[in-house]
Order: sequence, then C-alpha cells, then structure tokens
Amino acid sequence: MPLEEHRMDSRHLDAEIAARTEAIVGRLKPLEGPLLPILHDIQAEFGYVPQAALPAIAQGLNLSRAEVHGVVSFYHDFRETPAGRHVIKVCRSEACQSMGGEALADRLLGLLGLDWHETSADGAVTIEPVYCLGLCACAPAAMVDGELIGRLDEDAVRDLAQAVRA
Amino acid sequence: MSVKIFIPGDSGAIAVGADRLATRMAVALAERGLSAEIVRNGSRGLYWLEPMIEVEAAGGRVAYGPVKTSDVDGLLNAGLLEGGAHPLSLGLTEEIPFLKRQTRLTFARCGVIDPLSLDDYRAHGGLKGLEKAVAMTPEAIVAQVTLSGLRGRGGAGFPTGIKWKTVLEAEGAQKYIVCNADEGDSGTFSDRMIMEGDPFVLIEGMVIAGLATGATKGYVYTRSEYPHAIRVMTRAIEIARKNAILGASVLGSGHAFDMEVRVGAGAYVCGEETALLESLEGRRGVVRAKPPLPAHKGFLGRPTVVNNLISLATVPVILDRGGEYYRDFGMGRSRGTIPVQITGNVRHGGLFEAAFGMTLGELVDDIGGGTASGRPVKAVQVGGPLGAYFPRALFDTPFDYEAFTAKHGLIGHAGIVVFDDTADMLKQARFAFEFCAIESCGKCTPCRIGSTRGVEVIDRIAAGIEPEKQKDLVTDLCNTMKFGSLCALGGFTSYPVMSALTHFPDDFQPKHLAEAAE
Repeated sequence: MPLEEHRMDSRHLDAEIAARTEAIVGRLKPLEGPLLPILHDIQAEFGYVPQAALPAIAQGLNLSRAEVHGVVSFYHDFRETPAGRHVIKVCRSEACQSMGGEALADRLLGLLGLDWHETSADGAVTIEPVYCLGLCACAPAAMVDGELIGRLDEDAVRDLAQAVRA
Repeated sequence: MSVKIFIPGDSGAIAVGADRLATRMAVALAERGLSAEIVRNGSRGLYWLEPMIEVEAAGGRVAYGPVKTSDVDGLLNAGLLEGGAHPLSLGLTEEIPFLKRQTRLTFARCGVIDPLSLDDYRAHGGLKGLEKAVAMTPEAIVAQVTLSGLRGRGGAGFPTGIKWKTVLEAEGAQKYIVCNADEGDSGTFSDRMIMEGDPFVLIEGMVIAGLATGATKGYVYTRSEYPHAIRVMTRAIEIARKNAILGASVLGSGHAFDMEVRVGAGAYVCGEETALLESLEGRRGVVRAKPPLPAHKGFLGRPTVVNNLISLATVPVILDRGGEYYRDFGMGRSRGTIPVQITGNVRHGGLFEAAFGMTLGELVDDIGGGTASGRPVKAVQVGGPLGAYFPRALFDTPFDYEAFTAKHGLIGHAGIVVFDDTADMLKQARFAFEFCAIESCGKCTPCRIGSTRGVEVIDRIAAGIEPEKQKDLVTDLCNTMKFGSLCALGGFTSYPVMSALTHFPDDFQPKHLAEAAE
C-alpha cells in the first residue's frame, strides 16, 4: 500500500475508534468515577485500549491525555496493543507454586516458545501471568480465553499448547 | 415436584468440569425421560471433592464427588435421583466430617441454596437481619455490630462497629458503603464463594450498613479475575432492586439504598482501601496517606465505610441473632467465626468456617489432612502474599488476630497455603520481594525501590556472594520497608521474607556449600 493511502487509511481508522469511544464515554459518563468502566468497555470493544481512544476519553471526562494514559498504563489488565487470538493467563501465586505451578508454567512457555507477556509471531496466542484466580484449593490454575482450568497437570498443559496453535 | 440435582456453578467447581457435567447431566436426564431440576448452587467449599453434586433425597441431601462426565450414566443407573448407593457417594452432605465440624454463620447458605433465588434465600433465614434493622435506629444497629465484636475480615482487624459509628457521626449529605471484594491474596477465595454462592447476604449486609450510617449508595469493588462472581453479583442486585430490597424505599421503610458492582483491572494494591477508593474514582490505584480516614473523607471525599466482603456478609446474622450470640463464639479479642481457606499442597482443600481459636496444626493436619503430595509439611503461609511462613514448630498457634501478631505473622484474609518439603524458602522469600516490586503502586520509596533491591540481595545470597553480609542487609531492608512504607504492601513484605529467613535458615545457605557439606 502506498504511504499516502496508508495514512488515509489509518486516519480513517482513528476517526472510527474515536467515534466508537465517544459513544462509550457518553453512555458511562454519568457514573461516579466512570474511567475504569469506560476503559473496560473500550477494551471489550476493540480488544485493547487504542491510543486513538485516549483523546476522546480525555475530552469527554475533562481530563488531560496524560492522566488517561497514566490510568491505562497503571493497570495490568489494559493492553495498549491487541492480544493474540487466544489469551492464556497462568497463575503464578503461592498456592499454585505449592502444587508445582512454576514448573508447569515453564513447560507451557517452552512448548509455545514464548516468554511472559509475549504474543506468538502468528498472532495465535498471548501468555500472561496472573496473580491469583481464587482457585487455590484446586491449584495449579489458569484461565484460557476466559475459561477457568483447575488442577492443571502435564497432560493438560500439552493439550492446551496444541489447542491454541490449532 | 421434581427432584433437585445440585451441580455447583462456583468457579472452583467450573474449573474442574462442573459446566460440562451439568450439560451432560441434562442430556442424560432427557435421554432417560427423567424429570429432575438441575440447580447451579454455590460450592459447599469441599474443593477436593468438586465437582460435588447433591440430590435431595428422602432422608436429606446426598452428595457424590468428585464426579466426572463419564460417571453420569453410572450414577443414574445406581438410582442417583433417590440418593442411591454408588462408589462416589459421600452419604448425607451434612454428615461429611469436614462440613459437620464447622460452625457456619457467614456461610450458612453458601452451597445450600440457588444463589439467585430470593425465595430460597428467605426460606433459609435470609432477610431476617434486615427486617430487624429497618425497625431499629442507626445507633441501635451500630450498637449490635459493636457488641458482636466483629473485626475487619480483610486482615486489619479493625472493629467494624467503631468504623460504622465514625461514619454515622460524620457530617455529609452523601455517604457511601464500599465493599472491598478485591480478594487478591493467594490462598483466599471466600469473597468469591459468597458472591457466587450467596450474593443476597452481601446485599443484605450492605443495606444494613447503609441504614446504620446514613449511606444511600454502595459499591462492590471486585476483581476482573472473578468473571463468574461479577455475573452472579450483578444479577442478584437486579433481582434485589425488583423486590424492593434495594431502591428508594428498602422493604418499604422509606430509607433509600442502591448499589452496583465495579470491576478492578488487575492491580493487587487496589485491595488496600485508599488505593481502592482512588481506583473507584477512576484514577491510578495509588495509596493515599491517612489521615484523613475514609470514614471522614473517602469516596469522592465523602464519608465512606470501606469493609471487607466477609465483614459485611456477616452483619445479617449478627442483626438476626443479636450481637451477643455472635460474640459468644471465638477467643480473646477475636470474636465470632472465621472462614479459613485451606489451600495449596493439601489433601482436603477448601473453606472451613469455625470459631476463632482452632490451632494452625488442627487446621492443616486434622482438617486439611496434610499435604496432597503425601510428603511432610514444610511450611504454611498464612494471610496471603504478605503473610508469614510458619514452620511446624508454630502449629500450636491459635487462629486469632493477636496470637498471630505475637508470632510475627498475621491471619490476613484467613488463607492458608500449605507447602511440602520440596519448597525452597529462599525462592519464596525472593518471590515475596518480586511480587511487591510488580504490584507496588510506586508512591513510597521503601516499597518501590526496596522490593527490587530485595530481589537482588536474595539473588546474591543464592549465588553465595558474602551471604552473611547479605542477610544483615535483607534484615535491615525489611526493617526500613516495614516502618517506612505507607501501606501494608511494602510494610508487610517483611513478614514472608523474615519468617522464611528466621524459620528456615538452612535454605539460605549458599547452595554449593550445602551440597559440598553433604
């Protein structure tokens, strides 16, 4: 794509993101403390919190862009780039450690060829640590695309690595 | 009336296959032309038996577990709907020793009822506390809560009644009740269980808190890691609104109270009450200096009760049975019951609610049944990632706020994580610092910088670089963090680190020296 056309395209995309963001801000603005609900909805809408959404949020809430950026970057949940098609969150907390969670997590990282917070080159999978899913009596635990998995073992890890690559 | 089959919709049960099981059960029932109603209840908290299903039989509820989808046909062949005998049968649910030994006040209905059935809730004693509260003065409600001796179940142990009194007496046109359901401590899930298994009890507790303090708006701040809890809680609030438990006139009393669920975004520090308020207001979850107390200037600068979920969920039973009834359980200054969560490398992991005073050893060995791996218990961490690691030598410590403080530990949100003898306590100490570094809000230097320096110093011990000097340095660093940090995150990181160093000195010997000595 020629550079000029690409710029046009990305400007168009930014405008669309801004418009959809304004709708979310307009809907949630009446809440007391609306910023986190807004950011959650934006992430649900786009899969991440695009840079192009920040000016619309800032304007809608009468904040500076820096303030909005500060909030987005503070919280582990909010992504500044899209995630892979599958998102695996593996618990690294103490209860899961006590059941061999660390070795299983290392095994999974090895099978996927990824380190924490990385997305595979083909965009298939992102792997992230999570600090407690509240499944401490059925550890080790993970969450895959929002689905919970407890009593994780070698077999489950191998199946998981295969499933997200399929 | 058709038979009821209970298959938990609790996250812990779902994580080990309860949804698949419920689907399979529905299909199998249809195939056989059997009439039975599948109820997605909360969990009874016997997690090693999940998915644990129950059937309402003639003699009472009969439990089976852990049940796999492949067991469904066998169970139905064995007469599941009549509570028939089967290798997976656990007999009458109430007679299972793990459950029978408990004193369930806060968790009385959890796992028993359909979480979203208000009729079920009422039939099992729900709303009795609120019905009494609407006829009482705010002062009288506060007096009952004070009399009960209830203390903050988030871990700080501050008397709930005194907090409420402060907010009641604070001037303000708008006051708030904020439920801290940001249950981030590893080894804990009691908040999650209530939200998923008995959400109306939290609503009832928050409404009572509102009546007691003059607050008309409540927020439940919970975690994005708890999608099922968010869904059930949100639905329960809608149902409560339709039934005038929430709204302009609570139970027709003329008092207004409404509430909503707010979801955090993966920041552990937001479990600290002032960081939580910042987050609720839409800012970075940075800790505020106290004073002013949230009771005076909390959410949006207005008088706010910030209570742990378990504290609030315990209020209905206190109002129903009276402060004295609750106070008569427990020991010392720890009154009532505490829902202990026994987790990690343990045979019988789950939720065990009992009066304060049980020893750590009883909980780990008798109730928990020792490790899941069958190896000896090496250490237990009590109170989450900021709690101390206790060796077996301290297993005579009773579960009590003051007793744990005296042993340089804390009960926190009452989670116990069991480790077997393969645990490396140097690694656990390193993780404590690492976790603090990842989750520090960055406001105060001892926590922000100290945590990172701590990881480095532990790494030098592991590498055998002047280990004795490094241990002095760790001790000094922990001291600085303990007394120089603004909140418990930096302040309490010293507990896991120093307890590991004190109780397990062998693990801090340089590895090559230890190996050479063998």
